[in-house]
Amino acid sequence: MSETRSRLSVFKTYKLYVGGKFPRSESGRVYEVTDAKGNWLAHAPLSSRKDARDAVVAARKAFGGWSGATAYNRGQILYRVAEMLEGRREQYVREVAEAEGLSKSKAAAVVDAAIDRWVWYAGWTDKIAQVVGGANPVAGPFFNLSTPEPTGVVAVVAPQDSSLLGLVSVIAPVIATGNTAVVVASEKAPLPALSLGEVLATSDLPGGVVNILSGRTAELSAPLAAHQDVNAIDLTGADAALAKELEIAAADNMKRVFKPGPADFTADPGTGRLTAFLETKTVWHPTGSLGASGSAY
Amino acid sequence: MTNPFTYAPAPESRAIVDIASSYGLFIDGEFTEGSGEDRNKTLSPATEEVLAEYVQANEEDVDRAVRAARKAFEKWSALPGAERGKYLFRIARIIQERSRELAVLETLDNGKPIRETRDADLPLVAAHFFYYAGWADKLGHAGFGPEPKPLGVAGQVIPWNFPLLMLAWKIAPALATGNTVVLKPAETTPLSALFFADICRQAGLPKGVVNIVTGDGRTGAALVNHPGIAKVAFTGSTAVGKAIARQLAGTEKKLTLELGGKGANIVFDDAPIDQAVEGIVTGIFFNQGQVCCAGSRLLVQESIQEELLDALKRRLSTLRLGDPLDKNTDIGAINSAEQLARITALARTGETEGAERWSAPCELPSSGYWFAPTLFTGVTQAHTVARDEIFGPVLSVLTFRTPDEAVAKANNSQYGLSAGIWTEKGSRILAVANKLRAGVVWANTFNKFDPTSPFGGYKESGFGREGGRHGLEAYLDV
Repeated sequence: MSETRSRLSVFKTYKLYVGGKFPRSESGRVYEVTDAKGNWLAHAPLSSRKDARDAVVAARKAFGGWSGATAYNRGQILYRVAEMLEGRREQYVREVAEAEGLSKSKAAAVVDAAIDRWVWYAGWTDKIAQVVGGANPVAGPFFNLSTPEPTGVVAVVAPQDSSLLGLVSVIAPVIATGNTAVVVASEKAPLPALSLGEVLATSDLPGGVVNILSGRTAELSAPLAAHQDVNAIDLTGADAALAKELEIAAADNMKRVFKPGPADFTADPGTGRLTAFLETKTVWHPTGSLGASGSAY
Repeated sequence: MTNPFTYAPAPESRAIVDIASSYGLFIDGEFTEGSGEDRNKTLSPATEEVLAEYVQANEEDVDRAVRAARKAFEKWSALPGAERGKYLFRIARIIQERSRELAVLETLDNGKPIRETRDADLPLVAAHFFYYAGWADKLGHAGFGPEPKPLGVAGQVIPWNFPLLMLAWKIAPALATGNTVVLKPAETTPLSALFFADICRQAGLPKGVVNIVTGDGRTGAALVNHPGIAKVAFTGSTAVGKAIARQLAGTEKKLTLELGGKGANIVFDDAPIDQAVEGIVTGIFFNQGQVCCAGSRLLVQESIQEELLDALKRRLSTLRLGDPLDKNTDIGAINSAEQLARITALARTGETEGAERWSAPCELPSSGYWFAPTLFTGVTQAHTVARDEIFGPVLSVLTFRTPDEAVAKANNSQYGLSAGIWTEKGSRILAVANKLRAGVVWANTFNKFDPTSPFGGYKESGFGREGGRHGLEAYLDV
């Protein structure tokens, strides 16, 4: 119908996702995002160092509640993310197709894999402690238990080329284990990441657990790597030169640094990304000794 | 008037140890001279007597050691795990057989009491080799996949506070997983590592699997920066650990660091006081406080402060400081003149900043490096003695009123290695342990170690774990 054809579509103003809210960059800057062929898609916020610092504050504030939530509860919420993403599947297929220059069917496969990845990590929240922790049989009358704990606020340099599946693959393991995240989205394809914020915001995920920034990867990751209140950094999306620079800055407060090899996000993720952001706490407690009594029940 | 309760001297004989006047480097299964002229001396901190001379290994020496280790890696890593394990079992057994000799040697070179080397260090050293020996043929069951692979040559740099124990922590898991090693012992305590080289020879360990290069920080830097190293393991100061992390940035080398600490020992008002006092003493005066996980910050609930401090001072007054080879000695010598100067300077800072100093009334020997057990009261969180690692027998006492305050103060540190909790209430132990940001938490005990129990820190205390199943990860390609 001519009326429908003449209807002007409503563009989306893409915004950051910080502290559960959708602010513009405090700098007021934006940059042009194009599709794989160079056509204009939208403006993305060009976040500043201040935005990065604000995101760390939000992530720190959220850490106590999120790390203190039950593993069961975290699993429910991660699964809820999958549910929300499934409901918006068509939107993401379009965004991923545009961002990565994929056909509709290939983009659909990527989105499906991203949804399934949330489900996979949702199932890990209440199992990882049993897999990597446990009782240690020390020689002496002690009860000795090692348990994994989240390391804290994790800065994540998201992969540059896999705008959704890669992004989900780096965020989900960080929060599944109780950490909170400040994510630097793919510089050239940030739109699926910014839209993911909308899904997270409607998935019962407490505000601040995941914070998503778009902009220049190097400009944003440098202050995060140097930030004294960031506990770990995932260098997945940093090129070799930037990764080295970030690693040097990270040594300042002994951040945990995750340096993955070449990533194939379609492969079985394994537990490497879960354990990279966990500490092991070992608690000793005397049991007293009844050894001398020689009890045989 | 002579006190009828004084102890008669009970010195352990040093005749059991045969220390050579000079030592070379242990490379490719042989003792060899260094390529340069530089030599260092290691002395007994208790008497300042020179024990032996050893080589200051240079870059060329380190290169030779790494090449030997690299060559040995092919065969060693290809050996069936069961065979590797048997070598480690042999080493464990020889250590047990020679433990009295090694305990005396360690006490001479390090200055710590024979009571500690004999009853803590040596049994743990043997136990670590015994524990990891058993892993060598069970790596597929360790949770890192069916066939986890070794990394290659491990460059290991260890400190002077537990020379042989730290060697065991580093070498046992490295060899069990199929790596070969080049280890640099600390500048002031190289002897037990050189004796360990002899144990490797006695055990028939293939040449080049273990190499020992002696020297100071320059040797350590040459080792960690050597391109033939696949893994670096360092235990020592946080400052050096950060420097290593920066140097290794952008390389493929896998890194684990065990760094400093400023452990909080939290005593609640319902704690059994006598046990807590013993735990506090063990926490900070074990090995003259030269322990990264020492409980150097005592957090005591305000209501029992007076009672606890009185009991603590009474107990400290009975500690026996002196000849480390005497079996009745509790407090030995500080490891080096340099370390004594650092402790002295930090204690002086404590006084200038207004904290109140109390030192146990004990007579210090006229030669050697000594520091009386000391505590500071009236300490706030801002005081240097509450923030900086002193690495000596100096305890800072702070107070708190509520469990939340205790947790907040305990966690108010750049470090996160250890903590202690003293209370009769089980649920309080678990609640507090849960909130502490520390890698090892001792409840109603302190400074306990075991090869099956992972050890390592949060925050700037470093990353990675040593000991237990977790300790294997550092040496596997996972």
